[in-house]
Amino acid sequence: MKKKVSELLVECLELENINTVFGYPGAAIMPVYEALRKSNINHILVRNEQSAGHMANGYARANDSVGVCIATSGPGATNLITGIATAYMDSIPLVIITGQVDSKSIGSDMFQEADIIGATEPFTKHNFLVKKAKDLPKFIKEAFYLANSGRKGPVLIDLPVDIQNEQMELLYPEKTDIRGYKPTYEGNMRQIKKAVKEINSSKNPLVCVGGGIASSNSRDELEEFIKKTGIPVACSLMGVDSFDNNSDCFAGLLGSHGYPFVNRALNKADLLIVIGARLADRTTSKYSFNENQSIIHIDIDPAEIGKNVKTHIPIVGDAKRVLQALNQFDFNSTWKEWTEKIMKERESYFEKALSLNININKVNPCLVVREVSNLIGEDTILTADVGQNQIWATHFYKASKRRKFFTSGGLGTMGYSIPAAVGSKFSSPNSTVVAMSGEGGAQMLIGELAVLREHNLDIKIIIFNNDGLGMVREMQEEIYGENNNYSTSISFNPDFMKLTEAYDINGIQITNNEEIKSKLRLAFSKKGPCIIECKVDPKFPTLPTKVKKLEKRKIEIA
Amino acid sequence: MKGEIHVLAILVENYSGTLSKVAGLFTRRGYNIDSLNVAETMDQKTSRITVTVTGDEKILEQITKQLNKLVNVIKITDLTSKKSIRRELMFIKISSAIENRNEIIQMTNVFKGKTVDISPKSITVELTGDEEKNNAFIELVKPFGIIELVRTGLTAIERG
Repeated sequence: MKKKVSELLVECLELENINTVFGYPGAAIMPVYEALRKSNINHILVRNEQSAGHMANGYARANDSVGVCIATSGPGATNLITGIATAYMDSIPLVIITGQVDSKSIGSDMFQEADIIGATEPFTKHNFLVKKAKDLPKFIKEAFYLANSGRKGPVLIDLPVDIQNEQMELLYPEKTDIRGYKPTYEGNMRQIKKAVKEINSSKNPLVCVGGGIASSNSRDELEEFIKKTGIPVACSLMGVDSFDNNSDCFAGLLGSHGYPFVNRALNKADLLIVIGARLADRTTSKYSFNENQSIIHIDIDPAEIGKNVKTHIPIVGDAKRVLQALNQFDFNSTWKEWTEKIMKERESYFEKALSLNININKVNPCLVVREVSNLIGEDTILTADVGQNQIWATHFYKASKRRKFFTSGGLGTMGYSIPAAVGSKFSSPNSTVVAMSGEGGAQMLIGELAVLREHNLDIKIIIFNNDGLGMVREMQEEIYGENNNYSTSISFNPDFMKLTEAYDINGIQITNNEEIKSKLRLAFSKKGPCIIECKVDPKFPTLPTKVKKLEKRKIEIA
Repeated sequence: MKGEIHVLAILVENYSGTLSKVAGLFTRRGYNIDSLNVAETMDQKTSRITVTVTGDEKILEQITKQLNKLVNVIKITDLTSKKSIRRELMFIKISSAIENRNEIIQMTNVFKGKTVDISPKSITVELTGDEEKNNAFIELVKPFGIIELVRTGLTAIERG
């Protein structure tokens, strides 16, 4: 039976088991919205298309599926760009559908026309402009396959409005075969054997994990590998929830804002076993390549191997399969002393960091994060924004394989945390969902509070309000001198408590450390959306261990 | 970029936008294209893009890996000078009066070129060869005055 292409598109989404999409309607996508109206798919209306990208991102990460978002042509599509680029940098599978002006008018600068195919080329895994209706089913099948296989990522389909209205019969392909796309999943056995030999002859090995563990769903395999070997685990921002943060082998965050003892271990190690991490600048900023160090790099994307750091044993493959293969071998496991030493350093770091608040009035954000971590249960999703709050969250939250941690690791997109939390809640309605943000990031996409209220989502948003863009302000003062900050101290912020009234959601304010426990308990005891605003001193540093430095420089902390 | 010249033969699926995806990748990753040409192969579904780039081993490895990630790229071959035949086509319009017309025609014959057009004030020569040969001819006729020069850029095929 012939049907409208827009209806067939929605049918294809249903065939791909999509039941929730995030989007914003407009003239060039109206036929699709008419088809959605008649379907069983749940459409979540965002308040800015960028959020649709982040929501689909959170949705995909929370249940290992593909996130779908929809926008109209022109500004709808261009607003999505930040969401798409965020997903691309973190290899999150999205399928994005954008409306386009009439196919015969493309290129004539019509109302709401933008070349979204050209614009998103650099940060989509692939994109399709539908020029003939008959291509659409094939493109959709390929889009879902491309997004969720190999190194995952966003795929965009641009669909002109006249084609949406054409009539045809649906022939949805069961399989896809793309000539130029054949990802490698199995690691080369010879390389794996070489790696085992290298591991067994190492004295101070360190495992460094990134987003690849979550992406390949290999948290169990990693756990088994570490159980077998006892090698300490360091992680990038994307790898925080790859491994139980309470484990005796979990060292923690690497890089520019990582733990100093982990960065020391990174340089001291004689072998790095890098799994599903790009070793990008933010991870390796405190690292200098040394000749005596050997590197095993496991990644599904061959282009990442050797791109940033010279690799000795490259293994191209899916982290899950390679770890499964590695787990078949015997290991010496003689690294106890080395691991224990790192763990001791970790313990003393935390002791120091959490006690460094004697002179600080207002709220110590590290204590808030730690308290949230203690308070909430096992099935939990925490989203962190970008800036100081991201580092406080990564340092003091204890993630594990069931306590997921999502942040914009690669692109560093402010505003990510609230919509990502919303998306997560839709795919994991039974999980506790918490968003952590600064007041800068929160204001970027503050309109999404309406979505929280509209769907009465039980999400707690913790806003660390330090009257400014803390991380950049701190950098400015470090580079340009004391108090030489510019445009990073915010002289006017909205009254967040009044804002919660306007959006008809709960609001709680924490103004000093004594209130942290009781107020957090109160906030979490009430169901429904809630903003917890924590008043933080503008001078409170990104890395709590810097408090000492500030004291030396005789800077008064409120 | 330093290093030697590499000629990359990139076999791609014939979809609209593929060329722009390939060219765009060079731009955004900071690699320079020295020359580029593209046309269909014997299979209507595929095209072959020939790109000349200058770079060292590491850069070339990244270019190849990144190109391979493009979904519409099927195969990439690095055509080294030893194992391949490289040619480019060139038209050169040389300023010429009747007195030196014969001299230019003779030079063209030595270079196995063709005189394709003659006007009272100019001669147009068609020349095929590798870059070195074409460069040599350009140097040779420069004193007469070059009015216009157009080159296709290298294309290449593997031996055997």
